[in-house]
Amino acid sequence: MIGLNLVYPFAGLIFLAFAASALRDRSNPKRFGNAGFYALIALSLVAGDHLGDLGNGVLVLGLVAIAGLGLMGRGAAASTSPEQRSEEAGRRRNRLFVPALIIPVTALAGTLAFKQMPTAIDPKQATLVALSLGVVLALGTALLWFRPRPMTAFDEGRRLMDGVGWAAVLPQMLASLGAVFALAGVGEVVGGLVGAMIPQGSLIGAVLAYTLGMALFTIVMGNAFAAFPVMVAAVGIPLLIRGAGGDPAIVAAIGMLAGFCGTLMTPMAANFNLVPAALLDLKDRNGVIRAQIPTALPLLAVNIALLYWLAFR
Amino acid sequence: MLVLSGIVIIVAGFLLRFNPLLVVLVSAVATGLAAGIGPLDLLAAFGKAFNDSRYVTVIYMVLPVIGLLERHGLQERARTLIAGLKGFTVGRLLLGYLAFRQITAALGLVSVAGHAQTVRPLVAPMAEAAAQQQSGEEDRDEEAAAMAAATDNIGLFFGEDIFIAIGSILLMKGVLEGYGISIEPLHLSVWAIPTAIAAFLIHGLRLWLFDRRKSRR
Repeated sequence: MIGLNLVYPFAGLIFLAFAASALRDRSNPKRFGNAGFYALIALSLVAGDHLGDLGNGVLVLGLVAIAGLGLMGRGAAASTSPEQRSEEAGRRRNRLFVPALIIPVTALAGTLAFKQMPTAIDPKQATLVALSLGVVLALGTALLWFRPRPMTAFDEGRRLMDGVGWAAVLPQMLASLGAVFALAGVGEVVGGLVGAMIPQGSLIGAVLAYTLGMALFTIVMGNAFAAFPVMVAAVGIPLLIRGAGGDPAIVAAIGMLAGFCGTLMTPMAANFNLVPAALLDLKDRNGVIRAQIPTALPLLAVNIALLYWLAFR
Repeated sequence: MLVLSGIVIIVAGFLLRFNPLLVVLVSAVATGLAAGIGPLDLLAAFGKAFNDSRYVTVIYMVLPVIGLLERHGLQERARTLIAGLKGFTVGRLLLGYLAFRQITAALGLVSVAGHAQTVRPLVAPMAEAAAQQQSGEEDRDEEAAAMAAATDNIGLFFGEDIFIAIGSILLMKGVLEGYGISIEPLHLSVWAIPTAIAAFLIHGLRLWLFDRRKSRR
C-alpha cells in the first residue's frame, strides 16, 4: 500500500539534493553547516523509522547543534537577474502558471480519487500522496519545458530552503516538546492553576477561564491540540458541561476555535507564522503575526460571546 | 509546579531571541528533569515524537518546482497579470482567496493551498503588485505579502473545523469520549460554522480597510 512509506523517502531524497546543492554553493561561507543540516533532515525522512527512538534523539541533537552554534548561512542569490526574469515572463506568458497549478490541482483531484482506492493507497495519507504526485508531475513538466541542467532545480529549491533555514524543523521540535510536556504532566498543573482561579459559581468566569485559557495555553504551546485536553479537563468538563449543563458539542467546538485564535498570535506556531515570513523574505520575522492579531482578538471575543450565548440554553 | 519551568524558559528564550531550536531543547531538558525523567528516556521520548511528526516537514518538497518556475519569471508574470486587470485590488484578491481557502478547507482539502504551494509563488506576488499599483510606491510591499500569508492561515483555521474528518474534530471526539460523552463528528463541525462566518466578516472588513488605505496613498 502506498502511503508515508513512499512520501517520506521521496521528500528525503529532495533534502539530500538540497544538501548536495548546499555543498556546491561556494558563495555561502557556512555551506557545510547548511549541507549537514539538510543531510540530517534527509536521513530522518528516509531512515527515521530504522534509527530507533534514541537514534532519532541523537539526530535532533545534531540539528540543534548546527543551528544553535550558528553554523548555517545564506549564499548569494545566484539565480537569474530581475531583467532576465521579466524578459522570460513576457515571452512565456501565462503558460508559466501551468506547472505551478499542477501541484494544487493534482492534490485536489488525487485526494478525492485516492480515497476511492483504499487497497492501493492509504486513505489517511491520500492528501500527502496526491501532493507528492503533484510535485513529480509539475517537476517533470517544468524539466521538459525549460531543459535546465540537472542540479538547477535543486539549486533553486535550496535557495528558497536557505531562506527558511533552521526554522524548517522548528514545528517538529515544538511537537516533540509537546510530547515531553505531556509526559511530565505540565497540562495537569496548568489546568489545576486555571481551575483554582475561577470564582465559585460564576458562569461567565468559567467561560472566560476556558476560552482565554485555551488561547493563552495555545500561545505558549503553539498548538491548540495540546491545550484542548488540558482545558477540557480543568474547566470544560467539571464547570461548563457537568456544572452548568452546557452542550458538550458547543463547548468543545468553540473552545478549540478559541485556541485557534491563539495560534494566530504566537511565534510558537512556527509553521504557520514564522516559516511563511521566512519563505516570503519578510524583514520583520513577526510580520505575519502582526498582520493576524487584529483579526484574532475580535474573533476571540466573538467566540467567548458565542459560547456564553449558545451553549447554556 | 517545577515542571512549569519549561514554559518559563520558552517564553524567556523567545523574548531574548536565542536560537529557538536551542530554547526548545533546553525547555524539554528542564521539564524532563523537573518531572524526574532520566536523560536517556527523555532523549528517546523527544526523538520518537520528532520522528512521528515528520509530516510537517514534507511540504518543502515543492520548493524545487517553485524555485525553478521563479527562475523563469513566475513571480514577474503574476505581477504583470495583476497589473493588466482593471479594478483588481489587493483587497478583492485576498477576499477571494479567503473565501476559496475557507470553502476548500471546509471540504477537507487543506493541502490544496498553503504558504509554499500557493502563497509564495502566486498570491503574495499578486497581492504585492496590486498594492504597489494602488499606492504608487516603488518599493516591495511587505505588508501586502504578510497579509497574504495571514489570509491563508485565517482561511485554513476557520474553515477546516467544518470538515467532519479533520484532526481537530477527531481529537475533540476522542477527548470527550474519555469522559463518557459520545458525540457525532457532525455535531462538532456544525458548531464551527458561526465562528467561520465571523472570521470571514472580521477579516473581510480588515481587508477592505487595508485596500482603502493602500488606495488613498
